[in-house]
Amino acid sequence: MPETRDSITDIWGPRTGFDGQEQWPTRIDEHTTEAPDHWVQSACVLCSNGCGVDIGVKDGRIVGVRGRAVDSVNHGRLGPKGLHGWVANNSPDRLTKPLIRRNGQLEEATWEEAMSLIVQKSKDLIAKHTSSSIGFYTSGQLFLEEYYALAIVGKAGLGTPHMDGNTRLCTATAAAALKASFGSDGQPGSYADLDSTEAILHVGHNIASQQTVLWMRILDRLAGPNPPKLVVIDPRRTYTAERATVHLAPRVGTNIPVMNGLLHLIIEAGHLNHAYIEAHTLGFEELKATVAKWTPDRVERLTGVPADKLRAAADILGTCKTLVSTVLQGVYQSMQATASAVQVNNLHLLRGLLGHDGSGIYQMNGQPTAQNTRECGADGDLPGFRNWGNETHIQELADLWNVHPDQIPHWAPPTHAMQIWRYCETGSIKMLWISGTNPLVSLPDLARARKILAKEDLFVVVQDAFLTETTKYADVVLPAAIWGEKTGCFTNVGRTVHISHRAVNPPGEARSDFDIFVDYSRRMGFRDQHGAPLLTSTWQTTEDAFNAWRECTRGRPCDYTGMSYAKLSEGSGIQWPCNEEFPDGKKHLYEDGVFATATDYCETYGEDLETGAPRSKEEYQAINPDGRAFLHGVDYEPPHEEPDEQYSLWLTTGRVVFHFHTRTKTGRSKALQDAAPDSFVQLAAEDAARYGISEGDMVEVTSRRGRVLEPARVGGIEPGMVFIPFHYGYWDQADRPRAANELTLTEWDPVSKQPHYKYAAVQLRKVHA
Amino acid sequence: MHLATYLGLLEDSEKQLTRAFEHVADKHRDEPDIEQICQKFSAWSRNHHGQILGFVEKYSEEKEDEPDKLKRDLFARNRSGALALLRDLHDLWLLTQQVQLCWTVIRQAALGLRDEELKACATYCAARTKRQTDWLLGRVKQAAPQTLLVAE
Ligand code: SF4
Repeated sequence: MPETRDSITDIWGPRTGFDGQEQWPTRIDEHTTEAPDHWVQSACVLCSNGCGVDIGVKDGRIVGVRGRAVDSVNHGRLGPKGLHGWVANNSPDRLTKPLIRRNGQLEEATWEEAMSLIVQKSKDLIAKHTSSSIGFYTSGQLFLEEYYALAIVGKAGLGTPHMDGNTRLCTATAAAALKASFGSDGQPGSYADLDSTEAILHVGHNIASQQTVLWMRILDRLAGPNPPKLVVIDPRRTYTAERATVHLAPRVGTNIPVMNGLLHLIIEAGHLNHAYIEAHTLGFEELKATVAKWTPDRVERLTGVPADKLRAAADILGTCKTLVSTVLQGVYQSMQATASAVQVNNLHLLRGLLGHDGSGIYQMNGQPTAQNTRECGADGDLPGFRNWGNETHIQELADLWNVHPDQIPHWAPPTHAMQIWRYCETGSIKMLWISGTNPLVSLPDLARARKILAKEDLFVVVQDAFLTETTKYADVVLPAAIWGEKTGCFTNVGRTVHISHRAVNPPGEARSDFDIFVDYSRRMGFRDQHGAPLLTSTWQTTEDAFNAWRECTRGRPCDYTGMSYAKLSEGSGIQWPCNEEFPDGKKHLYEDGVFATATDYCETYGEDLETGAPRSKEEYQAINPDGRAFLHGVDYEPPHEEPDEQYSLWLTTGRVVFHFHTRTKTGRSKALQDAAPDSFVQLAAEDAARYGISEGDMVEVTSRRGRVLEPARVGGIEPGMVFIPFHYGYWDQADRPRAANELTLTEWDPVSKQPHYKYAAVQLRKVHA
Repeated sequence: MHLATYLGLLEDSEKQLTRAFEHVADKHRDEPDIEQICQKFSAWSRNHHGQILGFVEKYSEEKEDEPDKLKRDLFARNRSGALALLRDLHDLWLLTQQVQLCWTVIRQAALGLRDEELKACATYCAARTKRQTDWLLGRVKQAAPQTLLVAE
């Protein structure tokens, strides 16, 4: 059976209505181009949902996929990206040999030449400028074992503080918000909570386009008996918003007033779990005082959300007995990102809706393995959710790796991505190693980013499966093996860990990111305190790395000690913590209302949510949260750039359902590419009339940073605002400027350091062809 | 009574701090976090300064002419290069210390005077000044190794 359903014309497929008493029914979605001779267990890597998938193989080639019926995440279903994205593996334009820049041109080279060059450059730089002249910029798409290897190479081998990922652009706020409220990263609930919940809140999260399979679960609840009520907060009328019981469409940058307004109404109505607040939280009075100013009328004036709609939403959120909330980029990439995301945590804490069936919070991730970038410390965190301010945690890492604790940079938080780029710009980072990502489409203010990568004194290594906008500026390009061509594990946004087995060989000489990092460590001669090679003495396979990782997580919130490659290969994915106490994983965190905030256990001592100033250990001890969660009240601050006479419209950016990230994979799948072939600018009919623009007209959109040309799409958005998807760059079409990030701002949230992609002031002009 | 003298010193210090944050925001516009947070802090200090003026008025008869002696002269030279940011943050930190100590002194006086309004004002402003200091310290710690060891 080559294709069980057409996911391009019918994105979510037929309904199988159900309610909380039953399990979500199974439906196996499959798309193969030939009959496979065997199937290999894996999970999808095209969004953070992590659907269980089997890879169909015939004659050593991938010929298709089918959803895994046994998997707790998707019960057999797959969305359009999952069903069609695998085609990219077989693209004829995969990178198969290393490339080195010679006389300005990238030329084919051997691995020996490429790695020797990188090692020589590294050693020269360390000798002259210390290892702080070397930075790493990784991804949300590698596997857990690869991140852990990278973290050890960077933190114990080189000892550089400069390591982060593009996860900074997509999910840094998820981690920051969870830490700020609960003391540690980690989503409290399970997807199964959706099966029985009474109400669902989506804030700045177009789940219907982002996690299509999770949306199918919600659609099936809506089609069954006792459907949940749906509250959606999103400035655009998205697919998700269309199904809402109440849709609030606030002006850009006003998430805080809306959330404060909702909390105020809920507190005023007394819809509170006083016993829970008393026993398990800190900061109620301050929060109450902060939100008290946000009466429905005031919220309406500032945000444009009608007072009666706000009341209707507060009524649902204040009276439901169970609630699942999800938050994504509409919050994370906007003004006051962490502060706004935390308000959703506050809502659950005030009502005690956590740690039981039917209730949970998803501070969502975007990319498939972003959770592992964070867990493993390949971003601005330390492995195992350890706290950089806690000397004991640093000592634990030093013991695990058998290095001196001072070898591990912990004088300040690990450098965040935007600061890494800034150090490259000012010249103090002189080598940047980019793995599995394409910043020259995804970074804000692309003109500035291009200038940085073009700098003569910056040595750029890019590790990827394809030539991209970014490889153009590389000094060395390393061909990487991808999903399906290597074995490793990764964790979805719901703490569910999957194993993905190697199904086929990588093309040509392409190597896994794991092999590349381990090889670098060997060639650099990194050693532990006793002179043993840092990685290579114990790590021959990714399974060795996984077993080392298990030890790193022992006793931490993300405890993997009860998992193994064998156990993960048995059937469904498994949720952490998985250990002796919970051998099959755990559905809910914080069931007893005890949070990860004890001083010696927490991942952070916290930050000032308005300024980002780190709190000291002494101050934290004085507060002595001791397992209680934090309620944080934060007042409104207007965005830093607002429309004015010259740039009179708001720009907001986002995704389309058929593409992932910068389309390096999905743009190579004919089905997905044909479904969404080009970028566009979406604007309201009122604005279209004002500028004399009709559907399909070419429109020039200009900001203070740059300009793009996009065909117009009229309708489905509030007047005064325009939307451009961020996926489209130049590798397959370079005839006009079209990347949304030509227009966006270089600025970020003070706590999560996530850039503000969701607003910029722009001007429009119709272009006469 | 020297309360007015000290209020004058505090008023002057908050004014200097307001200007210094503005100066640094403007000068380091290419560091986006610096620009924005320093603008915010400048607004905080301006607000503190406005609050002090009322008390300067209230206690003005007792004023003796002396505050200038205590004035600091930071940011005198127009620094540039890799060190400039670190040195500017350094000086901002020193200025916030000056302001913080003034608030401590004033708060003590407010307690003695049983001036509830001044006490509340000092408590509020001192807490915000500490947040300025905390942020500066965090940023200095982050910038220090890179500036001293790597930048040319
Ligand atoms: S929902 Fe996400 S993980 Fe599941 S098939 Fe679609 S892209 Fe893949």
